Amino acid sequence: MIRRRTLLATAAATLAAPAVLRAQSAQKLSFYYPVAVGGPIAGIIDGYCAAFQRASGIEVTPVYAGSYGETLTKAVTAIRAGQGPQFAILLAAEMHSLQDMDILASLDTLGLDADGEKWLAGFYPAFMANSHVEGKTWSVPFQRSTAIMYYNKAAFRMAGLDPEHFPTTWAELADAARKLTTRDTSGRVTQWGVKVAGDLGNAQWTFGAFAYQNDHKLMNEAGTEVYFNDPKAIGAMEFWHGLASQHKATPDGVSDWGTLTPDFFQGNAAIIQHTTGNLTNVRTNAPFPFGVAGLPGKTAPRTVVGGGNMYFFKHANPAERAAALRFARFVTSPELAADWCIKTGYIATRPDAWETGALGDYVAKVPEAGVAKSFLPVATGELSTFENQRIQKALTDQIQSCLNGKLTPAQAMAAAQTESDRILRPYKRV
Amino acid sequence: MRRETWQAWLLILPAVVLLVAFTHWPALMTFIDSLFSTPRGSRAPVYVGFDNYQSVFEDPVFWQALRNNFIYAVATIPASVVIALGMALAVNTALPGRALLRMAYFTPTMLPMIAVANIWLFFYTPDYGLFDQVAAWFGLGRHNWLGNPATALPAMIVVAVWKEAGFFMIFYLAALQAMPPDLAEAAALEGSSRANYLRRVTLPLLMPTTLFVLVNAVINAFRLIDHIVVMTRGGPDNATTLLLYYIYQTGFRFWDTATAATLTVVLLALLGLLAALQFGVLARRVHYR
Repeated sequence: MIRRRTLLATAAATLAAPAVLRAQSAQKLSFYYPVAVGGPIAGIIDGYCAAFQRASGIEVTPVYAGSYGETLTKAVTAIRAGQGPQFAILLAAEMHSLQDMDILASLDTLGLDADGEKWLAGFYPAFMANSHVEGKTWSVPFQRSTAIMYYNKAAFRMAGLDPEHFPTTWAELADAARKLTTRDTSGRVTQWGVKVAGDLGNAQWTFGAFAYQNDHKLMNEAGTEVYFNDPKAIGAMEFWHGLASQHKATPDGVSDWGTLTPDFFQGNAAIIQHTTGNLTNVRTNAPFPFGVAGLPGKTAPRTVVGGGNMYFFKHANPAERAAALRFARFVTSPELAADWCIKTGYIATRPDAWETGALGDYVAKVPEAGVAKSFLPVATGELSTFENQRIQKALTDQIQSCLNGKLTPAQAMAAAQTESDRILRPYKRV
Repeated sequence: MRRETWQAWLLILPAVVLLVAFTHWPALMTFIDSLFSTPRGSRAPVYVGFDNYQSVFEDPVFWQALRNNFIYAVATIPASVVIALGMALAVNTALPGRALLRMAYFTPTMLPMIAVANIWLFFYTPDYGLFDQVAAWFGLGRHNWLGNPATALPAMIVVAVWKEAGFFMIFYLAALQAMPPDLAEAAALEGSSRANYLRRVTLPLLMPTTLFVLVNAVINAFRLIDHIVVMTRGGPDNATTLLLYYIYQTGFRFWDTATAATLTVVLLALLGLLAALQFGVLARRVHYR
């Protein structure tokens, strides 16, 4: 009886208390997160939340919401319905789109003190590339990756290539891929030299890397303009297309992200371009000695970052925002960032995490884990604009037309540019 | 109003409430939304009349989605219905292992579409997928079934037929089982051939089932897009974009809610027209006992 009465009294008191009073102590938060790679990610996140509750008394409920795309859809739908999480992990590239929906709270409004500013300055600049606009910071790097090459060392040896030296230029890559492509007596390909993803949701990432390898960025920082029909972007498309048409070292048409890893394990592809987040999976399942290397470039290695950042939403009250920030600082502390990196394969987002003993030992044991980090200085942010999904699709449609031989690289890029200009017209400030 | 009328209305009230709340009201709201611009951030929606319709009709992807959907419907509907009928006739006869055969035909229907799509994803994988392995025995080269715009839509159609035929078979089988055996005996006594019996007796008696199956097949041709989401996401270059998938993409990927509402109204009108056609034209040829 007493228990029920106490409960009732508490409930009544909570209802009676002015909203301001309640807002001062946020005890409960929820956030949405995606799982984009294999592995027991949910268990790890639950563990972090429990540790945070022990340290701060704040209960954080993590909600697993599917892939990146599904998490975005669910979070935006919930927020539009007037509720939803206080913060979420969403694609870093969605910053402009989310900002346009007017649902984000910038970090400046979360109550950053001097110590907080110092914390924010401690991330790798490459991972912050998709976080800034209008002089403000809108997200915190969390599960971050870069594009990376996985290659079959046995296949390298068979083809007479040095398995310890991965190509660093386009010419070397094309040459190696040609040598790695093997055919049976009937001319049927039994092993492709290289495979990269060209399906919707991944083609723009692959292409962003090719473009940056040609010293070209696909958009401005404000996210209001894209530069697809630039000669350098066309050059990047020509190289991609040429891997199939000229060098015959990758299949014609579109290769799917999801089949790249099975292709690699089956010996169907000797090199695949994938994410660092896949490292644990490849280490566990590759039936041959494999190597990890940074992407080559036209003249020198260049790569592109990817993955998810933590975003904070406007509808949360000041106390909830402060609590969410506290959680963000907790999970990006050097120890947890190192732990996250070891358990998942994502790259620890801060240099101080790499100085921890745990991560140091891990890199000594698994040198592949350190490869991705060494390419961060030559990495750029991924394609990120207003109407991001629409721009991605406009670009991907034309990339696919080109890969399928319907359009030349120049025609495809011109078409993508025209369509993107039309989509972005309302965002051009006069 | 008379007392009976009141009672009648009260009796159907629960059904009416559900129908209005979940069918008519949303449809009306969708139509109203389609007359306004998409709200973005701080910009509130404004009344734009039929501008959204004009831009949809000027959108080449919309026309491609419509064309794809037309091809998809025209290919899947007759194929799945004819195969379903064939399978039902086959397992309706007394042959050993009949139960096993029926179950085999019905299995695709029991699997969730997502699982089906993932299985077929492997079938279609270039080089070492099932189809390419079989093709290799005959000395045929590599096929990128899902990555090539020419084969991607037919590949989707095959999956849909495989999934649906078993479902429709169940209805045909039930109708065949309900057919009185004396008809077959009478026909046999008269010396009617099996083909004649099928054409003159079985098929006409199956017409109500055929109408039901056809209506379902048409709805499914516009409704079933799970395999698109899993296998191609509308690609390559919109080759497998169906109308409903385009609506999803516009509404929940691009957050262009006004255009999505407009597309929904177009889809509703299209389905309404098809339903009217089916019930108006076909129903007259159906004899209910």
